[in-house]
Amino acid sequence: MTASVLSALAARRMEIGPFSPAELKVSPRRWQHWHLKRDEQNVAWLLMDKADSSANVLSESVLREFSEIIAALKSDMPSALVIRSAKPGSFCVGADISEFRELHTEPDVINKLVEAHLLAQHLVDLSCPTIAIIHGAALGGGLELALCCDYRLAVKGATFGVPEVLLGLHPGLGGTARLPDLIDPLVAMDMMLTGRTIHDAQASQLGLIDQLLEERHIGKAVTAVLDKQITVDRRNLRARPFRLDWVRRLAAWRMRKQADAKVAPQQYPAPQALIKLWERHGNSPDQVLHREIYSFAHLLNTPSSRNLVRVFFLREQLKALGDPGKGRHKPAPVQHVHVIGAGAMGGDIAGWCALQGLRVSLFDTEPKAIGKALSNLTELCRKKHRSAAQTRDILDRLIPDPDNSGVAVADLVLEAVPEDLQLKRQVYAEIEPRMKPDAILATNTSSIALDKLRSGLADAGRLVGIHFFNPVAQMQLVEVVAHSTARSSALERASTFVGQINRLPAPVSSDPGFLVNRALTPYLVEAIGLLDEGLSAEAIDQVAIDFGMPMGPLELADQVGLDICLGVADMLREQLDSNLPEAPEWLRSKVSKGELGRKTGKGIYRWKHGKVQKKYRRKQAPRGTQERLLLPMLNACMACLREKVIDDADQLDGAMIFATGFPPFRGGPMQYAEQLGFDTIEQQLQQLSEKHGPRFTPDAGWTAPGWTAAPDE
Amino acid sequence: MDSQPPSIAPSHQPVYIVDGARTPFLKARGKPGPFTPVDLAVQCGRPLLMRQGLAPDAFDQVILGCVNVVSDEMNPARVAALRLGMGAEMPAFSVQINCGSGMQSIDTGYRYIRDGGADLILAGGAEALSHAPLLFKQSAVNWFAQLNQARSLPAKLKALSRFRPSLFKPVIGLQRGLTDPIAGLNMGQTAELVAQLFDIQRESADAYALMSHQRLAAAQEGGWLKDEVIPLFDRHGKQYGQDDGVRPDNSIEALSQLKPVFEKPYGQVTAGNSSQITDGASWVILASEQALIKHNLTPLAVIVDSQWSALEPEIMGLGPVLSSTALLQRQGHQLADIDLWEINEAFAAQVLACLEAWQDAAFCKQVLGLDHPLGRLDPARLNIDGGAISLGHPVGTSGNRIVLHLVKALQRHGLRRGIATECIGGGQSGAMLIETL
Repeated sequence: MTASVLSALAARRMEIGPFSPAELKVSPRRWQHWHLKRDEQNVAWLLMDKADSSANVLSESVLREFSEIIAALKSDMPSALVIRSAKPGSFCVGADISEFRELHTEPDVINKLVEAHLLAQHLVDLSCPTIAIIHGAALGGGLELALCCDYRLAVKGATFGVPEVLLGLHPGLGGTARLPDLIDPLVAMDMMLTGRTIHDAQASQLGLIDQLLEERHIGKAVTAVLDKQITVDRRNLRARPFRLDWVRRLAAWRMRKQADAKVAPQQYPAPQALIKLWERHGNSPDQVLHREIYSFAHLLNTPSSRNLVRVFFLREQLKALGDPGKGRHKPAPVQHVHVIGAGAMGGDIAGWCALQGLRVSLFDTEPKAIGKALSNLTELCRKKHRSAAQTRDILDRLIPDPDNSGVAVADLVLEAVPEDLQLKRQVYAEIEPRMKPDAILATNTSSIALDKLRSGLADAGRLVGIHFFNPVAQMQLVEVVAHSTARSSALERASTFVGQINRLPAPVSSDPGFLVNRALTPYLVEAIGLLDEGLSAEAIDQVAIDFGMPMGPLELADQVGLDICLGVADMLREQLDSNLPEAPEWLRSKVSKGELGRKTGKGIYRWKHGKVQKKYRRKQAPRGTQERLLLPMLNACMACLREKVIDDADQLDGAMIFATGFPPFRGGPMQYAEQLGFDTIEQQLQQLSEKHGPRFTPDAGWTAPGWTAAPDE
Repeated sequence: MDSQPPSIAPSHQPVYIVDGARTPFLKARGKPGPFTPVDLAVQCGRPLLMRQGLAPDAFDQVILGCVNVVSDEMNPARVAALRLGMGAEMPAFSVQINCGSGMQSIDTGYRYIRDGGADLILAGGAEALSHAPLLFKQSAVNWFAQLNQARSLPAKLKALSRFRPSLFKPVIGLQRGLTDPIAGLNMGQTAELVAQLFDIQRESADAYALMSHQRLAAAQEGGWLKDEVIPLFDRHGKQYGQDDGVRPDNSIEALSQLKPVFEKPYGQVTAGNSSQITDGASWVILASEQALIKHNLTPLAVIVDSQWSALEPEIMGLGPVLSSTALLQRQGHQLADIDLWEINEAFAAQVLACLEAWQDAAFCKQVLGLDHPLGRLDPARLNIDGGAISLGHPVGTSGNRIVLHLVKALQRHGLRRGIATECIGGGQSGAMLIETL
């Protein structure tokens, strides 16, 4: 057989009305981003197919053409208009966010939105029935477009969401008015406030879609609409109470409370703006439509949203590193991963790879550890709402391998044994001769230099670092670590592997601590120092939380494990000339007593059932504490840039956000530093070093930021 | 037809056993065990393919023996092949000849390869007897049907009134499965019968059972099963490393205390001298010469010949005598030419009756047509690492396991020739002759 039967027939599965699959590939075509044709019932089938893109987004040119098409239809009205996507993956994933960056002022945004709103209104006002057929994701503007249609038919597996809030925005193509008008307003508001995605059955229950069908029944469903056999109830009784101002005010009060508990309004203004919009104007959808434009335009120009949009692109940038070779020679995907060492990291890495569809074998000398990895994976499947059949397949992919025989068949062998140079070398000596010739040898080390590890290898070029963060299932970033003789093809394949398992690769050099640990450690060390000065752990952590970090440095240290933090700090002090202060004696004694943090139930905090036990403290940290915590982190970031640990400031910002949760609304540490001004930072560090010691000595990069200008150093 | 020239004999190519592995055999403990038949087959199949460096889709065919198929796994061979990642294009079928199913899969694969129809076949057996269903009685099924068909209210009430609590007394599916529908005898009763026919005493049956446990315990201790048995892990992380039905501290005294289970009070077949009810799976990889070269495989043994025979269901336990004798005669061998034997231990009395039959001049003459009895089979060559009495007898798996173990045991002792054979409920038997390389 030359191809899988099903994949050979895949193109036939999609219902595309009067079109043939070949017709969609013909060029040149009348419209760049759309296909339009009428069937024998005079139904106009309009397929969205954005040129040079794997998914549909509502770019300016897509909307312009759409507007022309609607105008053309009006002069020769069809019996119905069917709108669907020609992309196999999804309906439409929303606005073209890259265009947001070209809108610099509020009037710019308002002009744009008014045009788009007019277009949407034309669609709403079209006199023939309009039917949106949705498969895959309908997100943001994509869903808002579907909301303008008379009927929404969804193919099983479709998902729906309005995730604008994640970019510091709310829907801007009429969604704030049309969604609460169509479904239960409380659910609509919740969807917009959280940005969560809902699946097909939920959407059906909510009345967001009128029918949920198999792809093969779409044609009949369209005919049923034409024949008026589908009746829908659009009364939306649930919305009625909320036409009363006092009911909305009461509901808005609750929403505000819930939103404030999640994010600070000064840092993330979008939820408040959305609640205000609905509270004030929710009795009249037309008013909401109108006010939405101004509210959106305002939000888009807040620093918070600008930074969140930036972070969106940082993520895309890192993601692209995990899918290299577009147009070029693409590295072969990894089919089989072999993990050596089923400790906390190795076991969870193996489980994550299996969850993401790779075949994984897991070796450990201790069968109990392998068993633990399996039970963790079962639990992860439950948390990720995998069905019984999916869970079975995922577990089938994770092969316990007490004989270490996976070494010989794996495309990538990942070593995750304890941080002991001799032990690692011994492992490599044993496995390297058995590995496939083109297989990659990866290490998850966080503290051993790769040039030490490579010394005994016959082929040092195949060694790369693939450094995961704890907890593996939550941390999106993975550092891909290069040493001077690492083969570029091996590094590229390692990044591809990281992309394959739905993680973001950050290419870094094998300098001590790589990027993330090196940047994070001075911040943790300073927090420990503040503790020694008599501040409470709660007060110190609160400063970081107020800054926008997901948790404070001391809670983080407990979470990671004090032993690991101490190990990394000692290593960095030894190997880098960074004036890192000696760890206090009490910390060493805690580690030797086994008070390691979350995993042992006691560290800096007490932990109960994996939850930190914090006490209420009246005394707050003094002013200047935030600078003392954060400037050492920024200083280390600058050093990493200057020393080319990572390629550029964008990658650094992305890495720090996705590995440490550095507040996204601040755009990343270097973006934040730029906002503060390098001079200011340099001065503040200078002052701190005079007062507290040489650990604050400003990095040379602040005054001579040549790192941006010199790409070939 | 006589006038036609003889058809050209197919060119027979040698068929090699490359490797094999099984799960530990887990004793059924009164409730469904943690694994279904396919779960078991997948768990021992994955590492087997991995250690041979074989891509799962390199095979031509998958054949799996399984008697008690669970309803979620119709055609367990295909379900296992897909779960092993062998690809949507992998043909796979299941075979069922009761206790011989696991050997039937090897034999079918052997014939395909021998005749040039395939080069690489995964042949196995899988059984989870602990998952055997509880059934409704036929009378209960009829009652349900009547209730369903009743249309009017009075008819419904009438149907309801026929309910009797006894309808809900379940029938244990396994018990039905172990009863021969033609002879009306339970398998244990067939063992009672062959014990009588060859004058096997309770004491020697118990002594044989004790030896089975001792031999398996020694094999486990000696680490001789390490390569053959692949540990199981359930989804909660619990590991099952070894066959768990073995009782190393068993004694003649303890065995002799047990009451007969099938024919009370005078019978002699007890839970102690019968095979155990068990879950387990086993695979072997079969390859042609060409496949050996293509995939760079090192074979362990070659399959020389195989034989299936049948007799009355009441005395199914004597089956191995028929099939093995046919095999020996066709290959021109005496009992003593065979270095090691695996005779599946359905019942101690049944194995001993087979050995007696070969020494019984009248039986050998009348039944086997031999002038002289075949003689004594040296017990030191028989089931040297224990058998179904100590290991358990997952019916669809055992035939596969005895071939696999025979290969590994011959190899360990540097011996050449072996026969694996089993009696089959319903009155049949299979035998397979292999030689190590």
